[in-house]
Amino acid sequence: METAEVTRRSETTRVVASAKKRNIRKAVTIGLFTAPALIVYLVYVVYPILSTLSYSFYSWDGTSDKTFIGLENYVQLFNDTIFWTSLTNNIWVVITSVFVQIPLGMIMALMLFAPIRGIRLFSSVYFLPFLMSTVAIGLLWVYMFDPINGIINQLVNLLGFENVAWLSDENTALIAILLVVVWQFSPFYMILFKAAMVGISEELYESAQIDGANARQKFFHITLPLLMPTIVSSSILAIVGSLKAFDIFYIMTGGGPNHATELMGTYMFKQAFINFNMGYASAIAFIMFLIALIVTVLIQIVDYNRKKKGAF
Amino acid sequence: MVQSLRKMPLYIVGLLLLIFTGYPFVYMISTSLKDKSAFFEEPFAILGSIELGNYADVFQMGLTRYFLNSILVSVAAVVAVMLIAALASYPLSRMNYRFNRALFLLFISGMMLPIHATLIPIFKLSQNMGLYDSLLALLGPYIAFSLPISIFILTQFMQEIPKSLEEAAKIDGCSHFGIFWRIILPMLTPALMTVFIYNFIHLWNEFIFALVLVSSPENMTLPLGLQDFYGEFSVNVPGLMAALTLASLPMLVVYLFSQEKVVKGLTGGAVKG
Repeated sequence: METAEVTRRSETTRVVASAKKRNIRKAVTIGLFTAPALIVYLVYVVYPILSTLSYSFYSWDGTSDKTFIGLENYVQLFNDTIFWTSLTNNIWVVITSVFVQIPLGMIMALMLFAPIRGIRLFSSVYFLPFLMSTVAIGLLWVYMFDPINGIINQLVNLLGFENVAWLSDENTALIAILLVVVWQFSPFYMILFKAAMVGISEELYESAQIDGANARQKFFHITLPLLMPTIVSSSILAIVGSLKAFDIFYIMTGGGPNHATELMGTYMFKQAFINFNMGYASAIAFIMFLIALIVTVLIQIVDYNRKKKGAF
Repeated sequence: MVQSLRKMPLYIVGLLLLIFTGYPFVYMISTSLKDKSAFFEEPFAILGSIELGNYADVFQMGLTRYFLNSILVSVAAVVAVMLIAALASYPLSRMNYRFNRALFLLFISGMMLPIHATLIPIFKLSQNMGLYDSLLALLGPYIAFSLPISIFILTQFMQEIPKSLEEAAKIDGCSHFGIFWRIILPMLTPALMTVFIYNFIHLWNEFIFALVLVSSPENMTLPLGLQDFYGEFSVNVPGLMAALTLASLPMLVVYLFSQEKVVKGLTGGAVKG
């Protein structure tokens, strides 16, 4: 019967039917290829974010029953001076990343092309900080900043100044950690710039040479404009990465002294896993997510417009 | 003579950067080789006594266990990621369908995600699944958070493999799985290498999930173990430096032997070619 019916169908429906069958087959194939990644991703990324959002409307210590309190966590958060301090500190990390790390990374990359002896060894050493684990870096620098035995104060003394209690002084702790962040990440930008510089055609410099350009003119009129795309993509990486900063601050000061180095990340962690204010911590975490989302979307829009204009 | 004088500023900048990036390593290693009294007498002497006792202490305190845990969980997660991400990247980069773009964006957007936004639910989830305080608790989040960059790298690479190859295979009656296993996967080796190095180093150094999901020393990974040492070693600086040196050693050794691969892997999709 079945086969008889099929044969009675017109040519067109048969084509449609087989196309449908092929589409189903294709959907199944796509599903099978994607399923493992999608399941892991949904369980450990998408569902947790939605959960965080829902937890943020509750007062909850993590074990006993949750109490729904609406937007109260957010109201409290916006009146919480520690939260604003931590947001400001996050912004300082962003600023340092963009305006110190990236230029320094560029200088390091330029040095790799300098006509001096031993540059191969230099370049290997320059990259080393980026290989070390953040926890190890944090612990190492805690001792480098030691008020009595640390090398940094040794240098400070050499220059004729008094010892500084770097990490336990509210005025210097943030600067000290930012220096370590610069130490860790500049090599990363060095590599990005090096790759971009290798791509710049030698002919450009040669013809500039013939036109009588000096080294500075060559840098500002050839190298820098051609590095613009790398500067933009490095800035994106720096901004997004800085909003996520946690490890080095947690290890070196734990956000102290007196919240001078508190970040949204360290504050959220303390609220969640030390004070067990899981609802409040979820509100902080969700704000972190929103900020990252808004920044990413803004960057994409700016980047899109820039590319549409055909600029660099 | 004039030539070399002109180069003086370059040498100075080069050396300053060398000291800035390299000195902390010199300090770490030289301190790790001092006994405690030598450290207090001459904390900055670079070549003094060579004392390997600190390293023995560190091993006695359980560093081996942390090493094994870190290797186990990083390798397991990275191998799983390589397979899962390669599978997902195949339809994302080589097949046309309606949700293709949306799905790609969903995966890629994970790259900007602050881990904190998932921390409490993942902590609860691991408790509910009975995985809390075990290496298995780390596996899920490690795989999930390595997927975005891996899919990003692999789809980029797969798009560049010519379509004609698989069309020929299709005519020969090869299924999509056949094409994936026999044609795409073998060609993917360099990209998989990048994925491996990038994720391995990141997971090897991962701290926050370990901090939240593991509590007993026998399940700690290396970064967590180091932090634990810090509490116990805070007066024994040479001992701590020995631990830090040992923890950094594997990466340094791998880097020395295959600099280019490591650099390329660590910068992930950011550096092409």
